[in-house]
Amino acid sequence: MKIETSIFQRKIILNSLKGSIIRLNPITLIRNPVMFIVEIGALITTILTIFNIYTGVSFIFDLQISIWLWFTVLFANFAEAIAESQGKARAESLKRTRAEAPANKILKDGSIENVSALTLQRNDCVLIKENEIIPSDGDIIEGTALVDESAITGESAPVIRESGGDKSGVTGGTKLLSGTIKVRISVNPGETFLDNMISMVESAKRQKTPNERALEILLLGLTVIFLTVVITLSAFSDYMGITIPIAILIALLVCLMPTTIGALLPAIGIAGMDRLLQHNVIALSGRAVEAAGDVSVVLLDKTGTITLGNRMATEFIPAEGVDAKELIEASLMSSLADETPEGRSIVKLGKKELKVQGKDIHPSKESVFVPFTPETCMSGVDAGLKKIRKGSTNAIEKFVTNNGGSVPAEIKNIVDEIAVKGDTPLVVASNTQVLGVIRLKDIVKQGIKKRLLQLRHMGIKSIMITGDNPLTAASIAAEAGVDDFSAEAKPETKLQMIRDYQTGDQQYLVAMIGDGTNDAPALAQADVAVAMSAGTAAAREAANMVDLDSSPSKLLDIVEIGKEILITRGALTTFSVANDVAKYFAIVPAIFASVYPQIGVLNIMQLSSPASAVLSAVIFNAIVIPFLIPLSLSGVKFRATSSVSRLLGLNIMIYGVGGLIIPFIGIKAIDIVITFLGLGVKI
Amino acid sequence: MGILDIIFILILFIIVVALAIPLGKYMSRVFTGQRTFMTPLMQPVERFMYRLIGTDETKEMNWKQYAYALIMLNIIGIIFLFALQLLQGFLPLNPEGLPGVSWDSALNTAISFATNTNWQGYAGETTMSYLTQMTGLAVQNFLSAAIGIAALLVLIRGFTRKNTDKIGNFWVDLTRALLYVLLPIAVILAIVLASQGVVQTFNPYITAHTLEGVNQTIAVGPVASQEAIKMIGSNGGGFFNANSAHPFENPNTITDILEILAILLIPISLVFTFGYLIKNFKQGLAIFSVMTILFGLGLGIALYTESQPNPILEKMGVTGGNLEGKEVRFGVTQSVLWGVATTDVSNGGVNSMHDSVMPLTGLVYMFNMCTGEVIYGGLGVGLIGMLFYVILSMFIAGLMIGRTPEFLGKKLGPPEMILSVIPIVLPHVAILTLAAIAITTPAGLSSLANPSAHGLSEILYAYLSTIGNNGSAFAGLSANTLFYNLTGGLAMLVGRFATIIPAIALAGLLAQKGKVPITSASFPTTGPLFIIIVVAVVILLGALTFFPVFTLGPILDHLFLYGGHIT
Repeated sequence: MKIETSIFQRKIILNSLKGSIIRLNPITLIRNPVMFIVEIGALITTILTIFNIYTGVSFIFDLQISIWLWFTVLFANFAEAIAESQGKARAESLKRTRAEAPANKILKDGSIENVSALTLQRNDCVLIKENEIIPSDGDIIEGTALVDESAITGESAPVIRESGGDKSGVTGGTKLLSGTIKVRISVNPGETFLDNMISMVESAKRQKTPNERALEILLLGLTVIFLTVVITLSAFSDYMGITIPIAILIALLVCLMPTTIGALLPAIGIAGMDRLLQHNVIALSGRAVEAAGDVSVVLLDKTGTITLGNRMATEFIPAEGVDAKELIEASLMSSLADETPEGRSIVKLGKKELKVQGKDIHPSKESVFVPFTPETCMSGVDAGLKKIRKGSTNAIEKFVTNNGGSVPAEIKNIVDEIAVKGDTPLVVASNTQVLGVIRLKDIVKQGIKKRLLQLRHMGIKSIMITGDNPLTAASIAAEAGVDDFSAEAKPETKLQMIRDYQTGDQQYLVAMIGDGTNDAPALAQADVAVAMSAGTAAAREAANMVDLDSSPSKLLDIVEIGKEILITRGALTTFSVANDVAKYFAIVPAIFASVYPQIGVLNIMQLSSPASAVLSAVIFNAIVIPFLIPLSLSGVKFRATSSVSRLLGLNIMIYGVGGLIIPFIGIKAIDIVITFLGLGVKI
Repeated sequence: MGILDIIFILILFIIVVALAIPLGKYMSRVFTGQRTFMTPLMQPVERFMYRLIGTDETKEMNWKQYAYALIMLNIIGIIFLFALQLLQGFLPLNPEGLPGVSWDSALNTAISFATNTNWQGYAGETTMSYLTQMTGLAVQNFLSAAIGIAALLVLIRGFTRKNTDKIGNFWVDLTRALLYVLLPIAVILAIVLASQGVVQTFNPYITAHTLEGVNQTIAVGPVASQEAIKMIGSNGGGFFNANSAHPFENPNTITDILEILAILLIPISLVFTFGYLIKNFKQGLAIFSVMTILFGLGLGIALYTESQPNPILEKMGVTGGNLEGKEVRFGVTQSVLWGVATTDVSNGGVNSMHDSVMPLTGLVYMFNMCTGEVIYGGLGVGLIGMLFYVILSMFIAGLMIGRTPEFLGKKLGPPEMILSVIPIVLPHVAILTLAAIAITTPAGLSSLANPSAHGLSEILYAYLSTIGNNGSAFAGLSANTLFYNLTGGLAMLVGRFATIIPAIALAGLLAQKGKVPITSASFPTTGPLFIIIVVAVVILLGALTFFPVFTLGPILDHLFLYGGHIT
C-alpha cells in the first residue's frame, strides 16, 4: 500500500512538526540521553541570554547559540516524528477499514446469533457470507472463499482461501467476495492480526533491540567522556589564565557528543520497520528483524516455497493386468473426501479421464474415509471389506504385505522412474492388490534459483525440507539450487534440525519459512520465523513475522532490511564520531588563541573569528541532522559485494573518511556565510 | 638520528620478536597444563604450592570466585606491604637504620606495587630497608605481574570456552605464571645483570672519600635480583631514586639493551600466547601488528623530535639532539627507545629525565599512556585493554556490515558493551577529573615546580602514569605529599581494577555463551582492514578525549619553545 499523494505528505510533515515540539517534554526526551543533555544545554544558554538582555550585556552570540541548540533538539525530534508518522498514517487507514463488523456466530446448538465482531473469542465459529467483512482472524473449516485482502496487503487481486491444507487462514478486516464459509476464530479480542499491526506501527514505546541498547551504551560512554572533557577543560583553562564562557563550553559539549547518531537512532529503527511494512511484511518484534541480518541457515518448506504450491496429479499408470479405469475409479473413490490439494487434483484428473466432469460423485454411504497422517504416510477409504489406500511406496508396501499381498517389481520400476524425474509417485492399492501409480508433478518456481544464489552470496545456507522421499527431494533440490535438503521430514525432524543448528558445536541463527500447522513447532523454535499470511493460524501465531503477500522469497528482503538497519546505525555512529575532529579544530583554537596567539596555528580552516568558529561548528552540528534524515529513513543500502571486507571498506571510506572531511568543508562554508551576514559578533 | 640508529632499533626489535614467538608458545603450553622442558623441575614445587594454598588443581572457579580470590590476594598484599613499611624500623635487614615510612606514602607505595604501577613518591635508597625492598616490593613485583597474566588467561578462556561458567583456577594460573615464567626469566636476567656490574649485596652503604676530601655515601643493596623482575614484569619500581639511570641499576649499554629487551619481551610474548591459546595464530599476529604500528608511530615521532636540537639552546650554539636529562652513556636513541617502550608497556622504569624531553616527545609518552597502556601494555592487562578496544571496534565494524557484532565467534550484546565501555571510559574520566582537581586546589598546585603549560604537563603526566599503572614520573612534581599520595593511590586502584574486574566478568559472560560460526558473512578479524580499524579507534578515542588538554599542555609548550620562550 503506497500513500504518496502530496496532500498526504504535507499532512505528515505538519504532524511531524507538531510532534517535534511535543517531544521537547523533558520527561519523554530523557529516553534519549544525548538529546536530553542538549536540551539542558539549550535551556541554560537561553537563561543566560535572557539574563544578558536583562543586564544589558551583549547577548547576540548567546542568543544564536541558544537558537541553534534548540534547533538541534527539534531536528532530532522531527526525525523521530516523521519516521513514526509514516507508520501511523498506515495504522489510521487500517483502523478505518475495520468497521464495527457484525458477525454471525454459530452457537453450540447450530443456531446463529448476530454479535459484534469485538466480542468473538478464540474457538468461536462464525458463518460468513458473500460481501461480508471477515470479523476476526481464523481458519476456514468449511467452504472455499474468494477474499479481497487489499485492506491489509494493498494487493487488489483477490485470493482464494479454502478449508483444509495450508491456505485456510483468513484475516479480520478483509472482505469475502464470493462463497460462504465457516470460520473458526483463532484469537481473542485485541490480539488479532490487525490489532498487532496497528500497535506495532503506532507504538512509540516499542522495545529497543539488543543491538540498539548496546549502541546506546557506547554513545552514553562517549557522552560521559565528553562531559568530563568539557567540565575539566574549564579547570585547565582557568589554570592557564583563560576563562571560557559557559555558552562556549556548552557549544563544545554539544558538538562533541554523538548528537548526529543520537538524534537519528530512534528514527532508524522505526523506519526499518516501516520499510518492512512497505514490503508487506509485518514484524512482530524488532529483535527478529535485526536477527534476520545474522541468519546463516534458512529452512525452506519445499511446498509453496520452492515449488509452485501443490503437486498436481498428471498421470495414472495402471499396474500390469489392471484396467486403467479400475485404477482411476479407485483413486477417485479414495480421494473424494480428501481435502488436500493433491487429493483434489486426483479427483479433478480422474473426473477428466472418466469424462464425468461437472458431475458430482458422492462416496457410497458405508465408506469411511481414512485421513493422511505423517506416521502412516497414506490415506484412503474403507468401503465394507474393500480397503483402498494411496500413499508412498513404503507405506503401501507395508499395507499390502500386512494384508498378505506383495508389490510387483514393475511397480517399483515405475515408482523409481517417476521419482528420478523429481515427480512424486503415489501408489494405489486395494486390499492385497497394487492397482497402479499416480504421478504427482511438482513445479519449481521461476526465479527461485536466482534468489537462492543471492542468499548464498550473503553467506546464508538454504536447506529444503520436504516430506518427499530422498530421490524426489534430491531432484528438486538440484533443480532449485538449494545447498542441502532434508527428505521425509516429519514436524519433529524439522524441530530437531533447527535445534541442532542452534545448539550444536557452532550456534547458527536459523530462519524458517512455513505456512502449515505442522510447521508451527519449528517456527516457534526458529530465530527468524516467517509465516505466510495465507498460512494456518497456528503457523502465524508461532512466527515472529508474517508475510502478507505469502511470497516466500521475501526472506531476502527481510534479511536486507535487517542488515540495513544495522549498517545505518554503524555508519551514522562512525560519521558522528569522525565529525568531532573538525569541530575540535574549529573550537579549540577559537577558545585559546585570544590568550595564546600561538595556538592560532591550529585554526587550519582559517575561520574568521572565534565567535563565528564556534557558531559554525554548532550550526553544522545542527543542520547535519535534517540532511541525514532521508538517509536514516531509507537506510544505508546493503550492497551484496564480493566480500564483507569490501563492504566494510566502502562504508568506512564513505562514513568514516567522509565524516572526517565533510565537516571541514561544511564548517568553513558556514563560516563564510556567517561572516558575510555579519553574525559572527564578539562573544 | 641516522640510518644506523634505525638499523639498531630494527635488529633489537627482530630479536625481541624472535624470542617472543617461542616464549609465547611455551606459555600457551604452560597455561594449559601441558608438559614443557621446565615440568620436571617445577612440577614438584607446583604441587607443593597447591598443597600449601590448599587448592585442588583440577577444580575450576566461576568468574565471581575468581575475582574474589584475586581481590583478596591484593587486599592482603596491600595490607602486608603497608604494615611492613610502617614497621621496618623495628625489623631486621636494615643496616642503615631507616625509620618507618609515613602512613600516606606507605599506603601509596603499597597500592603502587600491588597494582603493578610502581609509582614511587619516595626515594628508594633513603626510605626503604633491604627487608622492605626484598620481601615487600620485590614480592609484589612478582605477584602483580602474575595476577595480570592470570586476568588475561581468564579473558582468553571466555573466548575459547562455551556453555560453561568455569573460567579457571586463580591459584593455578598464578602459580604457573610465577614458577614457569617469571621466576626462571628473572633468575637468568639477574645473574646476567650482576655480571655486568649491577650490585647485589646485603652490606651497608659504602662511604667514599672523594678527591675534594668530602665523604660521599654510596648506596648499594640487593639490586640485581630486584632489577630483573622490575624489567620483565612491567613493574619499573627502581631500587634507587634515579631508577635505571643509576649506574648500579643500569651500568652500561649492554645492560641497557638487555633491559629494553626485558621490558618488551613478555608483553609481546603474551600476544602470541593469545594467538596460540585461541588456536588462531593469525589473530594474535593481527593484534601484534596493531600494537606494533602504534609503537612505531610513537617511536618515530619521538625519535625525530628528540634528535632535533632544542631551539633555545641552539641559539646559544648547542647543536645535535636534545641531550638534556639524558645519560651520555645511552644517548638519544636508547633513551627515547626506552621512554617509548616503557610508556607503551606500562613499565615505570626510566633511564632518562622525561621532564627534560622535547614537548612533543613528552606528548608521545603521554599519548602512549592515555590509550590505557594497550600498546603491548602491562603483563596481561595490556592485551586485556587492547581486547576492549577490539570489542568496541568490532562493534562498529559489525554494525557496518549489517550483522550483530561478534568477535572470535562470540556475539557482543549490551552486557558485553557495558563491560567493555567501563574500562575505557572510567580511566579516561578519572585522569581528567583528578588532574583537574589537582590543578585547581592549593594542595595540588603547591607541589608544582614549573608554571604554565609545562606545569600542566607535569600534573597530567602524574595521573596518566598512575591510572595507566605505568609508574614512571615526568618529575618536576613533588609527589610525596598527602594530596598526591592519596589521589595517586586512588588513581592506581581505578586504573587497575576498572580493567581487571570487568575483564573477569566479561570472561564469565562470554564463557557461558555458545559460539557462532565464522562464515563468509562474518568480518575477517585477521586482515589489514581489522588492523587499520583498531589502530584508528585507539588513536581517535585517545585524541578526542585529550586533544584540548594536550593543546594546553605539551602542544602549547612546544609552540612556546619554538616561539623562542619558555612560557
